[in-house]
Amino acid sequence: MSEALVKPKKKNPVERTRLATLPPGARSRSAQGLTRAAAEGSFELQVCADCATVQYPPREVCGHCLSEHLTWEPVDNRGELIALTTLRHSNDLYFRERLPWRVGTVKMAAGPVVVAHVHEDCATPDTSGVPVRLSLKLDRSGQAVLHALPEKDTPNMNDAPQMRESTCDPKFRRVLVTDGKSAMGMAVAKAMLDAGASAVFLGDPTTWKTVAAFDKLAADPRVQVVELDVTDTDSVDRLAASIGGKVEILVNTASYLRDGGILGRKDVILARDAMEVNVLGLMRLAQAFGPGMCFRAADGSNHAVAWVNVLSIHALAALPARGAWSASMAAALSAAQTLRAELRGAGVRVVNIFPGPIDEEWEQLTPPPKLAPSAVAKAIVRGLQDGVEDVYVGEIAEEIRERLRENHKGVERELGQ
Amino acid sequence: MSNPILAQFMNELLSGRLKLVDLTQTLAPEFPTIVLPPEFGQAWPFRIEEISRYDERGPAWYWNNFSMSEHTGTHFDAPAHWISGKDLPDNTVDSIPAENFIAAACVIDVSAESAENPDFLLTVDYVKAWEEQHGRIPERAWVLLRTDWSKRATPKEYLNMAEDGAHSPGPDAEVVPWLVRERNVHGFGTESVGTDAGQAHHLNPPYPCHYYMHGNNRYGLQCLTNLDQLPPQGALIFAAPLKIRNGSGSPLRVLALAPSA
Amino acid sequence: MSTEVSTEVSTPVSPVARKRLGYDGVVAVMPVTIPYARYSTHSAHWWLGRALGELIRGAGVAKTEVDGVCVSSFTLGPDTAVGLMQHLGMSPRWLDHIPMGGASGVVALRRAARAVQAGDAEVIACIAGDTNQVDSFRNTVSQFSRFAQDAVYPYGAGGPNASFALLTGYYMKHFGATREDFGKLCVAQRDNALKNPHALMKKPLTLAQYIDARPITDPIHLFDCVMPCAGAEGYLVMTEDRARALKLPFVRIRSTIERHNAFPEDPIQFRGGWAMDKDALYEHAEAAPEDIDFLETYDDYPVINMMQFEDLGFCAKGEASAFVRKHSFTIAGDFPFNTSGGQLSVGQAGAAGGYLGLVQALRQLTASAGATQLEGARLGMVSGFGMINYDRGLCSGAAILERGLTRGEAA
Repeated sequence: MSEALVKPKKKNPVERTRLATLPPGARSRSAQGLTRAAAEGSFELQVCADCATVQYPPREVCGHCLSEHLTWEPVDNRGELIALTTLRHSNDLYFRERLPWRVGTVKMAAGPVVVAHVHEDCATPDTSGVPVRLSLKLDRSGQAVLHALPEKDTPNMNDAPQMRESTCDPKFRRVLVTDGKSAMGMAVAKAMLDAGASAVFLGDPTTWKTVAAFDKLAADPRVQVVELDVTDTDSVDRLAASIGGKVEILVNTASYLRDGGILGRKDVILARDAMEVNVLGLMRLAQAFGPGMCFRAADGSNHAVAWVNVLSIHALAALPARGAWSASMAAALSAAQTLRAELRGAGVRVVNIFPGPIDEEWEQLTPPPKLAPSAVAKAIVRGLQDGVEDVYVGEIAEEIRERLRENHKGVERELGQ
Repeated sequence: MSNPILAQFMNELLSGRLKLVDLTQTLAPEFPTIVLPPEFGQAWPFRIEEISRYDERGPAWYWNNFSMSEHTGTHFDAPAHWISGKDLPDNTVDSIPAENFIAAACVIDVSAESAENPDFLLTVDYVKAWEEQHGRIPERAWVLLRTDWSKRATPKEYLNMAEDGAHSPGPDAEVVPWLVRERNVHGFGTESVGTDAGQAHHLNPPYPCHYYMHGNNRYGLQCLTNLDQLPPQGALIFAAPLKIRNGSGSPLRVLALAPSA
Repeated sequence: MSTEVSTEVSTPVSPVARKRLGYDGVVAVMPVTIPYARYSTHSAHWWLGRALGELIRGAGVAKTEVDGVCVSSFTLGPDTAVGLMQHLGMSPRWLDHIPMGGASGVVALRRAARAVQAGDAEVIACIAGDTNQVDSFRNTVSQFSRFAQDAVYPYGAGGPNASFALLTGYYMKHFGATREDFGKLCVAQRDNALKNPHALMKKPLTLAQYIDARPITDPIHLFDCVMPCAGAEGYLVMTEDRARALKLPFVRIRSTIERHNAFPEDPIQFRGGWAMDKDALYEHAEAAPEDIDFLETYDDYPVINMMQFEDLGFCAKGEASAFVRKHSFTIAGDFPFNTSGGQLSVGQAGAAGGYLGLVQALRQLTASAGATQLEGARLGMVSGFGMINYDRGLCSGAAILERGLTRGEAA
């Protein structure tokens, strides 16, 4: 069984910080289908629409009947590990630093034979194979890889070094919650502590305002309150100068949500305020904290690992009743995509959260179902533990996402009613 | 021919017999701005971004962009700021006659009372008692309320928010019209974030200083500092807002001339 | 259904519809090796050019008389055989580029022999060579194929070591092969290599050294791996008449086979395409395994030697271990095998590794193998194996060659 991760010791301050290297990231365009599935936490392979053969590695044309109609479908992820090896040598910088490394051959119940990373809790195959589950995860280069996992969960499974490479588990990591005074911020902070985060930096954008729940949370010895107003470049820079070298997961909960479309107002102040917080705030944080996180992206078992943006499903489809805010969400998503590309060089993952309506003061008039902030916070933690990069939270988010695939014009019309 | 009065004035200043006191708070992002209920539009705080600083963005020069509301930092309230002053002539910062930017000032020190009671309200009786000690408030003079609020170290202490709102000193609902009617004052100035008390929405009318001063085409100054360096009577204030078309107010540099002690 | 393609599972034995033509009148001559170097500052063009030069000078033909060229190389890029022709100032009327790695030597022979037989070319130079600069191997491995890029290289970037480790482990577990069996082959090959001046490995290897070597990728240890290096190999294909006229010792081609992507349904490779085609191979040669005097296999890892013993009919499937334990594989042994020392002891000069066995077989059958020469070798078998495109080697080939005119007889 995997050994439980132990809390990393304090870093030797005169030791050189190991810089990030990446596993091989080149993939064909077809193979990016795996990346999409992994990014969303699903297990999909190409399936031939004509003969139902499951394909792997990804192809352009069915390897069985030569049909060009290959679609990505969820498939049975079970298989048998029939061969296993431990690499003790690699010509690749990333793997050299992480040897020994287990890889194996898995004959899938769905048909194909795949080469996969093999979890240390999977038994060694003899003349008979070892049952395993396959999971698609994103590796540090942001590309999909297959992990063979034990048939059933084992204790401390996620603590295995190989798993830590494809996940962003908060365990023993220090987390900055940018707006810790909002209901969402407090819920995220609590969830991170529950998931084993060693420290939470709790951003306070309104030091003049007393919030009892915030003060209670701040009394936890693992919580450190920090002044942070994402609309103030100075404030962001000051904080980064102080704790930038310690942030291993950043969760941007700073949010500005107000009702109102575009024609109904005489000004763009609300829109600009939304952009200030939701878009420019993200960019300020990125400029201030991004470089430090990249620098520490391979620094020990608790290296900097993830950047989480709490967006909204309306980043993908505008809600005209909150038009200005929706526009800021879409802009934030776009900025997050750029940030994802920019952080990928260091292997720091950008995780975007797309919740439906949340049960908080600015959504008072939104009819249920609404998500408790704690439910969103749990989904964030799960997303980090599973190593995905897009998390859709709640029925409404799932429904809009599904329907956007079916008919995005229909969604547009209906949200505009 | 030089004007002998201005020449003498410069002599007094250069000799140190007259001193120039800066009543202005430094504009910085963390300086608090008035907080309205969140469903209202909010005044922008001061924000600043470097355009360049002798670097790749501009090798030989340093400059910034900044943004803020008309009512951020040490600022001037024009009559048009309040609904009671909306139809008055020359009620915006660009149309106020320039001579109104210089006026005498009376400084009423209520710092001891404010320290004891953050909700301290200035009353007619208090002003009358003050006049007995320091002389009558002259016509067209600023009345500045010294509360030492500017010495509060953090935004939290400065705004002094509780669940029932802000708590800071200001005038009561009687003294403001009295000052206008009986003393024909130029305007009212405070160290706190507004000319009205923190709890002034409970007065009748709410925000009496805004209501009466601006309704009578008088002015307001807030977020002042260094009032403790001014005499109760005898200081002269230079307070010229930016010339913003139809502006309701403006951040500004407020300078006071006063005899050295 | 948009397509009507038969997907019937192939029978394990190649169905031969028509009787194949023999290779009568066509011979292979002039085995050439450009001595290998661990690293080279030259490009592949240099190595290939030298091989062609040796062939032309050695055969005593004019450059313009070589009217066909067949090239194999991994490091020639961005050039292909076409670009190489301009580089070398050649104007052949027949040109082929065979990217089949370890099967290249046999496949080149098949192609060239038919072209000469048909009169499409008179003299064909078959050359294979690669450089080995400090980064060549890593670059070749990381960009080897699309499937490797998408589905193997991201998994530890172990290259062929990892792929072979998996199938070696599987083979050992299922067929009872041991490291001692692999070691016996490696030790014998090293013994042979000590007689080959071109071999990069100059020191004897003991079984203990083999067993105790540092693990690379379980169960692959250091001496299971070939050493990447630079080098080139070549030979000429021409008519027997021409060879006689030029007084060149020659070798006759009795039979050849090739196969690609055999047994795709096998979950992991435990056999190669030879198993589909071996009957055709022997039938065409009118020979049997026991007629074969020596065997030169493609040996990038010892396990693949074991599979070749089985799939080429020297023993039954799963009995290679017993076969290994029963025989000795040195030049003086009862089953002379990889008499040059093989890639395991000579080095793997990229695509030239796919020519090594064939060139050595040509030496054996023309009595020009120097210290590695076997007494009275008449029939030799060469087999090739190449291209770990994804999880297994895809190309297999083999040839049965017969002594024509030896060096002494030709002179």
